[in-house]
Amino acid sequence: MSQREMTCLVVDDSAVIRKVARRIIEDFGYAVVEAEDGDSALAICAESMPDLILLDWNMPNRDGYAFLQELRQTEAGKRPKVVFCTTENDVGAIARALRGGADEYIMKPFDRDILTAKLEQVGLSIRTNTDFY
Amino acid sequence: MTEFDFEYLRAYLKQRSGLALSSEKRYLVESRLAPVCRRFNFATLRDLIGSLKITHDGAIERAVVEAMTTNETFFFRDRLPFDLFRDVVLPEALARNAARRRLRIWCAAASTGQEPYSIAMLLQEAAPRLSGWQVDLVATDISSEVIERAKLGLYSQFEVQRGLPVQWLLKYFTQIGEQWQISASLRSMVEFRQFNLLHGFEGLGSFDVIFCRNVLIYFDAPTKSEILGRFANSLIPGGALMLGAAETVIGLTDRLVPDTKHRGLYGHASPQAPALRAVAV
Ligand SMILES: C[S@@+](CC[C@H](N)C(=O)[O-])C[C@H]1O[C@@H](n2cnc3c(N)ncnc32)[C@H](O)[C@@H]1O
Repeated sequence: MSQREMTCLVVDDSAVIRKVARRIIEDFGYAVVEAEDGDSALAICAESMPDLILLDWNMPNRDGYAFLQELRQTEAGKRPKVVFCTTENDVGAIARALRGGADEYIMKPFDRDILTAKLEQVGLSIRTNTDFY
Repeated sequence: MTEFDFEYLRAYLKQRSGLALSSEKRYLVESRLAPVCRRFNFATLRDLIGSLKITHDGAIERAVVEAMTTNETFFFRDRLPFDLFRDVVLPEALARNAARRRLRIWCAAASTGQEPYSIAMLLQEAAPRLSGWQVDLVATDISSEVIERAKLGLYSQFEVQRGLPVQWLLKYFTQIGEQWQISASLRSMVEFRQFNLLHGFEGLGSFDVIFCRNVLIYFDAPTKSEILGRFANSLIPGGALMLGAAETVIGLTDRLVPDTKHRGLYGHASPQAPALRAVAV
């Protein structure tokens, strides 16, 4: 219980998506911060690097892909697990995201089951109800 | 639905598929069977159950059993059994069978194919160690409908995102519109067959590994014992049985025991037990 709280940055220009993602990820035991575009996401990372970044692709002011490239340039920016979460659902986009340094990829629409599976996939722990017993 | 009809259906399902329908599941019956009524033009559930009592229409019988069974599954479900297969079971089997160069795996409740294809992907990843080997991967299920889906290997975007690493989605699947199809080479690794676990296993031969996950939970204790005993016959000496997270052999058969080092893995109780099996092969 003495463990540091894990943090997640949700980057999406849709407030609705951010809200849905926040609710699920908070349940997993993470502290959540939000950004609505790539630029503000970079600013947040410069201040405090999260453990996990859930990243939309198409956004104004630096899209998700450009954000990821910039992020991975720095030493600290190599650490967070980055999971794309986007409506881009073709093989080409997925392959490009992985080459660009993404750890996992979610094709929208997503739900709790998919998020759970993907976080497990990248080796991040999630809190489940059984932890309370 | 009257008490009498429910009891009839309960006995019927138990006899056909092993499914032990508890009274709490009663609410499920109407919602699950409504589509079957529509499909075969029965005005009410009563009429459908009435017809089961008097005729033996294979199509209706199958539809009823299929509607009442749970097919939920996903790729690399629970992860741990697949890690164990890759890291423990497979290396041991490769060492044990090195002379014969043959490996036989049975997925006994395969549903729509995610479990056997997960195994197929692990085998593919281990391909260099398997070159020159004959590998049989047999996948069976009572439902011919899910077996047909499994053969196609076509999955929705939702299905491929539960449990499958995205790297393997790219590596082993082709995108077809909104769906994803597993590669022809992986499809050809799996032999799919309709098969009811209540029937004798003799025709299937013996196996190094049996996956039977998340189906015994639906059966009552005598049925579980009976099936586990027959798995013991079908496993070659040293072979492994993998059950679902909520399933066990304890209290059900003396012939199989949990592997003390690896949770979810079961093997023969004693070195003598498998000798009995030779007769069945
Ligand atoms: C919940 S799924 C489990 C699928 C997979 N093994 C997994 O763990 O993800 C259970 C499957 O068992 C099948 N089943 C039920 N009764 C059966 C029987 N008597 N013989 C063979 N399969 C049966 C159902 O059709 C269904 O596809």
